[in-house]
Amino acid sequence: MTTHATGISLPDVSGHFGRFGGRFAPEALMAALDELTTAHAKAMADPGFRGELDHLLATYAGRPSLLTEARRFGEKAGVRVLLKREDLNHTGSHKINNVLGQALLTKRMGKTRIIAETGAGQHGVATATAAALLGLDCTVYMGEVDTVRQSLNVARMRMLGAEVIPVTTGSRTLKDAVNEAFRDWVASVDHTHYCIGSTMGPHPFPMMVRDFHRVIGEEARRQVLELTGRLPDAVTACVGGGSNAIGAFHAFVPDESVRLYGFEAGGDGLDTGRHAATLAGGSIGVIHGMRTYLLQDDDGQTLETHSVSAGLDYPGVGPEHSWLRDSGRAIYQAVTDAEAMDAFALLCRTEGIIPAIESAHALAGTLRIGPELAAGADEEPIVVVCLSGRGDKDMHTAAEWFGLVGRDGGAR
Amino acid sequence: MSGGRTVATAFDKADAEGRAALVGYLPAGFPTYEGSIAAAKAMVEAGCDVIEIGLPYSDPVMDGPTIQDAVHQALVGGARVADVFRTVEAVAATGVPTLVMTYWNPVDHYGVDAFARDLASAGGAGLITPDLTPEEGGDWLAAADAHDLDRVFLVALSSTDERLAEITEACRGFVYAASLMGVTGARSAVDTGAARLVERTRKATPAGMRLPVGLGLGVSNGAQAAEVAAFADGVIVGSAFIRRLLDAPSPQEGLGAVRALGEELAAGVRHRP
Repeated sequence: MTTHATGISLPDVSGHFGRFGGRFAPEALMAALDELTTAHAKAMADPGFRGELDHLLATYAGRPSLLTEARRFGEKAGVRVLLKREDLNHTGSHKINNVLGQALLTKRMGKTRIIAETGAGQHGVATATAAALLGLDCTVYMGEVDTVRQSLNVARMRMLGAEVIPVTTGSRTLKDAVNEAFRDWVASVDHTHYCIGSTMGPHPFPMMVRDFHRVIGEEARRQVLELTGRLPDAVTACVGGGSNAIGAFHAFVPDESVRLYGFEAGGDGLDTGRHAATLAGGSIGVIHGMRTYLLQDDDGQTLETHSVSAGLDYPGVGPEHSWLRDSGRAIYQAVTDAEAMDAFALLCRTEGIIPAIESAHALAGTLRIGPELAAGADEEPIVVVCLSGRGDKDMHTAAEWFGLVGRDGGAR
Repeated sequence: MSGGRTVATAFDKADAEGRAALVGYLPAGFPTYEGSIAAAKAMVEAGCDVIEIGLPYSDPVMDGPTIQDAVHQALVGGARVADVFRTVEAVAATGVPTLVMTYWNPVDHYGVDAFARDLASAGGAGLITPDLTPEEGGDWLAAADAHDLDRVFLVALSSTDERLAEITEACRGFVYAASLMGVTGARSAVDTGAARLVERTRKATPAGMRLPVGLGLGVSNGAQAAEVAAFADGVIVGSAFIRRLLDAPSPQEGLGAVRALGEELAAGVRHRP
């Protein structure tokens, strides 16, 4: 198990998590990536930067986020469920942690503009928010399909002063938004920072984004110890690119008794081919600057993905998750659209909390593994679930799924 | 690989004639499998000294709208990696050195050594790799040596002198200088930093190593080709050829337009202002 213990120090100096990660990027971006690597390292070692970021997290984002015991939901799962309430952060998801960090770095590097890709719109909204707060110009790329299913977030970003550009190439979802953001960045890199929204992309992004989200697991670890006097038996999170999951997992990686579970978007089911379960159904390749698991065909062409959740609808995954998977430290499973939506409804009705559909994948996975954890256990197992975001943005999708519109709405 | 077909020979020949080499790009499978071969042959007949065959890829991050459209059309038309090798074989048969320009994942997925082997046996001269730099390219450096293939990496306006030295040392055939910070596509003017990048690249090239510098991105007409030929060893044109095919009312007219552009550019590289 020594590899697990040393894994905490990854990536290596060139951005590799074992055979994953690295930097597969156009030469034009190499200088900027080096500059960013240096700026990030300096900032993390600078008490001034940490102080400024911690101050914003405490007084603006609302950290530490609560750890809420979900008793009635936990009864259904057969375990004690503690929700790490990233949904209560300003802007409604964990995304603000990373964005505040990167926006502060942008200013330190003397850049005046920030760009981002977004799927569900949560990262876009968070980026637009940080840009407004710190006086940066902001452009957000969003797949045209996602601008329709997440129209409320488009309006939020525009209200906050960001330019939102619908991307009409390829599958018109998150991966195409990433492509377009890279195209912008190659041409604007002297004054623009690309604020990648997940633990993905070329080095140093996977490491840097993880470092900014690490606070999720650090807080949760402390809170669960305070509340229960012991470590949890498992930590669960949804995985698209994997930012909330790596944030929730990272502080627990050295705790070998704590099982780590990532739940990917299983869409219509792994056997249908209509899913976005990269780690469960993919193979190793290179996408968006990193070596990682990805969904690809026989020629190495990226496959189109499907998920009811725009935020998980991505054919790649952060390289550290690939490493955690192959090392056996974390377990990744697929959750179907239907399972996720059932869990979505269950949390609403048992706890009075409307989760993001992304987070509902973690809830569904918790319902699945609960009985396994409880079987033969001496005491009631404790599971920390990363509730990465709130579901207000998903009400349109939920209304359609559950038939909530019209006089007889809500019958399901 | 026969001696007459190497990229180095093509650049040497151009140099001996006191001009720059003309390098033309076209994706395989665009506008169709046969159409791309016909267009590449027309480019050769018009005076291209080297041909780059693009491997159509689902996520062309470094390409602007013109090449994105062409590649999308090729993929929708069913273009496969095997078609790329067959296209290379047909084009290389004209006697002009033929490189493949490809994003890294299709090669990685095929298997780097297997890809190099099959490219070499199709008569291909080597690879241009827009999202692979030497530091991640260990397998490719070895495979290129094993199969006697050229490896063309890119340098950019933002490259440090240290990186220019590392990259040029890893190159064989030529080094691809990106004339501007941005994606592929025709531009109205050549970036003023381009000449300086070529100069810096030459200076950084290890002593005793003969490595021509080809300049690409944005060149679309004879006048720009002449301008670039004044300071670079090669002029690379892609999107402008594709534009001719995309805009043509018929495949026949498209070929005519490609030929006309090729002739204009070939005259350009011979007319150093």
